[in-house]
Amino acid sequence: MTTQLAVELAYWQQSILRSVGVIAAVLLPAGTIVYLFLFKMMSFMQSRLGPNEAGPYGSMQLLAEVGKFLQKEDLIPDGADRRVFTWAPIVVVASTFVTYVVVPFGPDAWFAQIPTGIYFALAVSSLSVIGVLMAGWSSANKYSLMGGLRAAGQLIAYELPLVLAALGVVIQAGTMDMQGIVAAQRTGEIFGFGGIGNPFILTQFVGFMIFLIAMQAELTQPPFDMPVAESELVAGYMTEYSGFRFLLFFIGEYATAGAFSAIAATLFLGGWALPGLDLDNNLMNVLGPVVLLVKILLIMFLVMWFRVTYPRFREDQLQIFAWKYLIPLSLVNITATAVLKVVF
Amino acid sequence: MSDFLRSYLTVGIFLGVAVVLVSALLGLSSLLRPSKPTPQKSIVYESGVDPVGTGWAQSQIRYYIFALLFVVFDVEAVFIFPWATRLEAYGLFGLIEMGIFIFILFLSLVYAWRKGVLRWV
Repeated sequence: MTTQLAVELAYWQQSILRSVGVIAAVLLPAGTIVYLFLFKMMSFMQSRLGPNEAGPYGSMQLLAEVGKFLQKEDLIPDGADRRVFTWAPIVVVASTFVTYVVVPFGPDAWFAQIPTGIYFALAVSSLSVIGVLMAGWSSANKYSLMGGLRAAGQLIAYELPLVLAALGVVIQAGTMDMQGIVAAQRTGEIFGFGGIGNPFILTQFVGFMIFLIAMQAELTQPPFDMPVAESELVAGYMTEYSGFRFLLFFIGEYATAGAFSAIAATLFLGGWALPGLDLDNNLMNVLGPVVLLVKILLIMFLVMWFRVTYPRFREDQLQIFAWKYLIPLSLVNITATAVLKVVF
Repeated sequence: MSDFLRSYLTVGIFLGVAVVLVSALLGLSSLLRPSKPTPQKSIVYESGVDPVGTGWAQSQIRYYIFALLFVVFDVEAVFIFPWATRLEAYGLFGLIEMGIFIFILFLSLVYAWRKGVLRWV
């Protein structure tokens, strides 16, 4: 993250600032999501009150979990392809780091300005499935292999609705630049009324719903958790991982959840901007990340709410839902958006 | 170096940061964790019984046709993205052109559907 001041720094100094910033951007939302939703909300919704016991209001649970995993023995099975096995969790975590590159946090608070922002984000976010496939294949375990293959099939099916839902926003904004999409939403008007700008959730509601469903599937959160279905595949592609390497997959999962929510918040909820605030103020470089974090948590609340509410799909239902419902619906959505854009 | 290349250099730096962070955490873990390997621990997990055959068992990949369809639609997305950013400039002409393009792709989905490819075999 750079501020007005940091723009005058040399490139290597900016890079150090950005490196610190991206570590915060990856770990902070992930930690918040795990603590707030996975520990607190789920335990209340499902009457599993264990996570509320460690420390006052369960606030030490996160530390306890990390401490526990740090001390666990690191096991690699005999038949495993050791090099691929050790690199797999790193690939999963690294894909999250590069997804955050294009997310804007304020008027001057950005990591890199890539003109094809959203396109780049959608491309690199699917890198994590390579890590999952590596993990599944290298473990030399039948459950892992099936979990990895299922994850690949699921990503292929839901990548398309995700991309096509984002296309609706690109048509409306007329740009692929994430900062440009934020600007388009704050200066936009709904039928001549510009009081709150035009957050695309209002005009792209169908797109937002498709994006949320596809996002849930890409994150392999229940009801789309066939790759790690406990009752069928033990832990899917993570079966042979133990100790800290297992925790890396876990961090990767929720950091990716944060990254996808950040993209969804930028595309549909107006990103770091908020109506009524002086948006070109330097203060927005500090307030922007906070606003974005709140929007990330709003979207993650919906995802976790679906997660605890619905039972798991069957593998064939999952594929049919994507190909026969979501993809035709999103094609209709972009056609309708384009027609309306040209007519008005 | 131009700003354009520098933004992609940032991508490379972030990849490096990820690898360094993960290595540091694994290093910290290796200082704290025990290491007492036994032959039993390094057997792959197969619900508690001795594993049968090798781990790289043959399995039916049911969705290779879906993968082919995916390529068709992904290439479509590559074409639609640049068009979407310039829609205002193209106006009605661009709309009709892309309408035909999307219609043909939609037909391909309907064709696959009718052929029974979208069925779980």
